Amino acid sequence: MNPKLVPYALLIPGILVITGLLLYPMVQMFIMSFQKVTLRVIRGAAEPEYVGFGNFEEIFGNSIFWSSLRNTVVFAVVTVTLTLVLGTAVGVLLNRLSKGMSSFVIIGIMSAWAVPPVAQGTIWRWLFDAEAGIINWALNLLPDWLSNLLFGRADWTGQPWLNDAWSVYLVLILTVVWSSFPFVAVSVLAGLRGIPAELYEAARVDGSTPWRTFRKITFPLLKPVFAVLTILSIIWDFKVFSQLYVLMNGPTNREAFNLSLFSFAEAFKAPPKMGQGAAIAVVLTVILLIVTAFYTRQMVKSEEVQ
Amino acid sequence: MTPLARKRFAKIGLNTAGVLVFLFAMFPVYWMVSTSFKANDQIFTTDFIPFPTHFTFEHVEKVLTEGVAGNSIWLYMRNSAIVALGTVLIGSVFALLAATAVARFRFKGRTSFLITLLVVQMIPSEALLIPLFLNVKRLGLYDQLLGLIVIQVGLTLPFGIWMLRTFVAAVPKSLEEAAWIDGASRFTTFWKVLFPLVAPGLVATSIFSFITAWNDLIFALILMNDSTGYTMPVALQFFFGQRGTDWGAIMATSTLMTLPVIVFFLLVQRRMVSGLVAGAVKG
Repeated sequence: MNPKLVPYALLIPGILVITGLLLYPMVQMFIMSFQKVTLRVIRGAAEPEYVGFGNFEEIFGNSIFWSSLRNTVVFAVVTVTLTLVLGTAVGVLLNRLSKGMSSFVIIGIMSAWAVPPVAQGTIWRWLFDAEAGIINWALNLLPDWLSNLLFGRADWTGQPWLNDAWSVYLVLILTVVWSSFPFVAVSVLAGLRGIPAELYEAARVDGSTPWRTFRKITFPLLKPVFAVLTILSIIWDFKVFSQLYVLMNGPTNREAFNLSLFSFAEAFKAPPKMGQGAAIAVVLTVILLIVTAFYTRQMVKSEEVQ
Repeated sequence: MTPLARKRFAKIGLNTAGVLVFLFAMFPVYWMVSTSFKANDQIFTTDFIPFPTHFTFEHVEKVLTEGVAGNSIWLYMRNSAIVALGTVLIGSVFALLAATAVARFRFKGRTSFLITLLVVQMIPSEALLIPLFLNVKRLGLYDQLLGLIVIQVGLTLPFGIWMLRTFVAAVPKSLEEAAWIDGASRFTTFWKVLFPLVAPGLVATSIFSFITAWNDLIFALILMNDSTGYTMPVALQFFFGQRGTDWGAIMATSTLMTLPVIVFFLLVQRRMVSGLVAGAVKG
């Protein structure tokens, strides 16, 4: 074979898969968001009908779309922030622990990270169970005056956490932060171990405070790590599905939908509204691409793709 | 306070924080496992029972013998394993070929390919649900494990190539050139020189793909209609019945489905992290 053709030959399966399973479906999704996809179309018995911006008009006129959008964005902002802050703090902590102690903590946090999303959902649903959940038991342990002061109530017996949208999201935030901070922590730890000890020595000699050392040495040097972690967290948290699905026991409470679940629920309900589902998916994709565009540009400009 | 006392004090503080982090991370996992070994009177109680003092295998046994949704749990385990292993087998071959191409050759279109790889990773897979569902249906792969495998290969491949190419690039080119000079063919060079050296990276990417496919709920939910084709995440949903929730059985099933993943994670966590943030840390 002509040696010039070798790399192309090696790339054929990869290109076929990426085109056929990711790029082409994305184009299809865009086209479908302008079509009415009926059951007959799904069965292949009819051609889809072009409806212009009809699907978008319909979802924008639906209050569930706006609550889903709000839930998606607020959840992502809160969860990404908490995950990064907690993860960084734990990473810095791990770096200062003795070898044995840090291995011990790493095994613990890795176990949390490894739990499959569906199992994460079931675990936290069980912890927050109204009747026999341990969270209500723990809240009842608080002295009545403190519980009243903090929450305005003393008795938590039978508190149904997973009924209202706001408390579903409270549990969801906890679940996702719990399962994703370990990755941030070990990544930050890996980054910290790469920073020469002399820098910290110099800072110590100059009498720098720990916070100042973090701001002036650790943070600037780990900036690229934080950039990757932020973008990965944004991607993961914008489209969270499995945990929410399990916590709510399927697409039940429409007030608590996010965009992924809303798109899923519209497209696969009876009768299916796949055109509208696709329109919601387009909105989600566009938001994600805009949010991540800056990062992608940085990566492209850097030597990463050279 | 003397400096020595302060140091000791700081050390106690750090270790306490470490233990608290460990407990926060570990407790929910522990609670899942311990619930699956508690008798029902210790599960359905408003009290806190830290250890299963009425230790029982009743839930595990029930899950393994009775199953759920009309089938044995072993069938769902088998389905999950077939999908995950199928994804790994096909995906790693494709990923290795593509990673070798971009890490070892300079060719026209290489940069475009890498940019495409980067951009497709930003597309939420949940957004592709509808077109993928219709395409799988049209191809006659609906309700077949093969359909799920195909989808999972697509979802995991971009990251697989992205991660594996750093491993391929890390193998010194001179090794291959030496083999060349000794008269080895292109294939022998690849198989005898490059492959063994890239194998650890291949293991890491494979485990990543395995876990992604093993954990998937949404695609299995829409592509599998007949209960005999359910994977573990879908089967688990059927324990949340109308007549109250059997938490013992649910936690036993969750434990069964989590164990292989935890073992895998502990095996490769170091490599996973270095692969994910490689470009950034290298700096």
